[in-house]
Amino acid sequence: MTHEATAEPGAVKTAAPAAAGAPDGRRPGRSGKRRGGAGRRGSGWTPWLYLAPALVVLAGLLVYPIYQLGLISFLEYTQSQVSGGEPTTFKGLGNYQELFSDRQFWDVLLATVVFAAACVIATLAVGCALAVLLTRIRALPRLLLMMAALGAWATPAITGSTVWVFLFDPDHGPVNRMLGLGDYSWTYGRYSAFALVLFEVVWCSFPFVMVTVYAGIKAIPSEVLEAASLDGASQWRIWRSIIAPMLRPILVVVTIQSIIWDFKVFTQIYVMTSGGGIAGQNLVLNVYAYQKAFASSQYSLGSAIGVVMLLILLAVTLVYLRLMRRQGEEL
Amino acid sequence: MSGKAAEGGTAVRRRGPLIRRPWRLAAEVSAVLIAVVVAFPLYWMVLSAFKPAGEIQSTDAKPWTLNPSLDSFRRVFEQQEFGRYFLNSLMVAGAVVLASALIAFLAATAVTRFRFKFRTTLLIMFLVAQMVPIEALTIPMFFLMRDLGQLNTLWSLILPHIAFSLPFAIWMLRGFVKAVPEALEEAAYIDGASRSRFLWQILFPLVFPGLVATSVFSFISTWNDFLFAKSFIISDTSQSTLPMALLVFFKPDENDWGGIMAGSTVMTIPVLIFFVLVQRRLVSGLGGAVKD
Repeated sequence: MTHEATAEPGAVKTAAPAAAGAPDGRRPGRSGKRRGGAGRRGSGWTPWLYLAPALVVLAGLLVYPIYQLGLISFLEYTQSQVSGGEPTTFKGLGNYQELFSDRQFWDVLLATVVFAAACVIATLAVGCALAVLLTRIRALPRLLLMMAALGAWATPAITGSTVWVFLFDPDHGPVNRMLGLGDYSWTYGRYSAFALVLFEVVWCSFPFVMVTVYAGIKAIPSEVLEAASLDGASQWRIWRSIIAPMLRPILVVVTIQSIIWDFKVFTQIYVMTSGGGIAGQNLVLNVYAYQKAFASSQYSLGSAIGVVMLLILLAVTLVYLRLMRRQGEEL
Repeated sequence: MSGKAAEGGTAVRRRGPLIRRPWRLAAEVSAVLIAVVVAFPLYWMVLSAFKPAGEIQSTDAKPWTLNPSLDSFRRVFEQQEFGRYFLNSLMVAGAVVLASALIAFLAATAVTRFRFKFRTTLLIMFLVAQMVPIEALTIPMFFLMRDLGQLNTLWSLILPHIAFSLPFAIWMLRGFVKAVPEALEEAAYIDGASRSRFLWQILFPLVFPGLVATSVFSFISTWNDFLFAKSFIISDTSQSTLPMALLVFFKPDENDWGGIMAGSTVMTIPVLIFFVLVQRRLVSGLGGAVKD
């Protein structure tokens, strides 16, 4: 957090003591800054030595598959090419043309964006509200809420999904009985099925937001708050003028993380709506790509959908980086 | 970073008369109610796992059971090679946690303790790598594992997950490595310690809490994996992991809910234990990771 940048040893340290107090926003990574005082001797190749294992793994198992994904999306690649029966042919943008002229693709894209947005907003609202609630209560109720939230967080996606489906089961689930809905089937209608998945997603992802925001609120020095209230600031004013600005970096992080996670939801949709709902009514991009590739062996179309997802998430990342830059954070 | 973030109950801020008593009581009552609602699905899962078959099938579900039975658990462990799947899952998650923690520790040290060309570029790359929808990579990953001859082995799950958990782990460990004072490093060199000695005997123990917090995320993402297990372990079921074992109990005509809930319970417990053990560090770790 910005106000702590100065209190953190080593955060904005420069190499030689003589250069201490260099401005915060200094561009790091200049080769001229490589040599310095103690502990920096001959650091020319040492960092690369430390980085080597990570770079090898990432290059082989992340960068290369991404390259392959892009490549496959430009080829004609179906079951016959996989088995080696036919040679692969280059299709150029043919797969993308096919994809973009398909009504279902646009429908799924829209559903993904709307569903992810709803999940993000609901998760953030619940997480932040409960984080504030945590600061207002004594130790025992706080521990209870923390424990319950950690339990939800720790539940694996697949078990969470199955339990929620069971809770809302028309015949054996307790929820319909409590709400007096009889044998109403949640997974039958498109919107009620999406709503059911949304409940589960919010349930398992609000704890991350709650815990992180709570840690952020606790990190605000109490002197500042006391000074403000001594000066006669109202609760609302303290919130608006002190706590909110100080929490901003944290809120940016949890928002971005939530967008990334919710845009990529796979297991919940796959398990709760049995692979994308009745007649594919609950498909999201991730599941759609998977079904295209593995259910109907259209590997190139599945890859093209994957590339579209990558590009959308890349755009989100760039926005995130710009926000961080604007806050003058040093990477 | 403030390590106090996780301390419950200490230093209740004296906000003077700002919070009046009835308000606080209302807040506490609602907090407890919310905790009950949040914990309810987990309670229902465990309860259903212990219910005898008759009660599971009944159409009026009661929130308690008077004659708990272990039948569902027995069915899970006997029908399926559940113990084997459990071990497979543990081996995969354990290997991923250890490997990614070590590799990430080295990388995080490199990008925080040194200034070198392309450092910022690398950091941005690590950030971007977190955004990659790994499900989208199932297709190329499938071919890669096939070419490496690793399909139907646990390696086809371990290797990809090491790669997928690294970027976040490096990103999170940065904060912890940064928090170790540089003066300590200089003192160590003045005392004649070699670089590797400083790395493993001084820095590593100090960053260990951060490694634990980071490991939680690697563990969970690996333990949760169900897509890769479904796609890469095709014919050799002895190499299956837990999520696959769970799917067996979903039947087209009538799901075996007792078996599903018992299996889910067994699958959730290790993660819960892990979480409870590291929760303090996790909370303070998140505060540190998000801050810098």
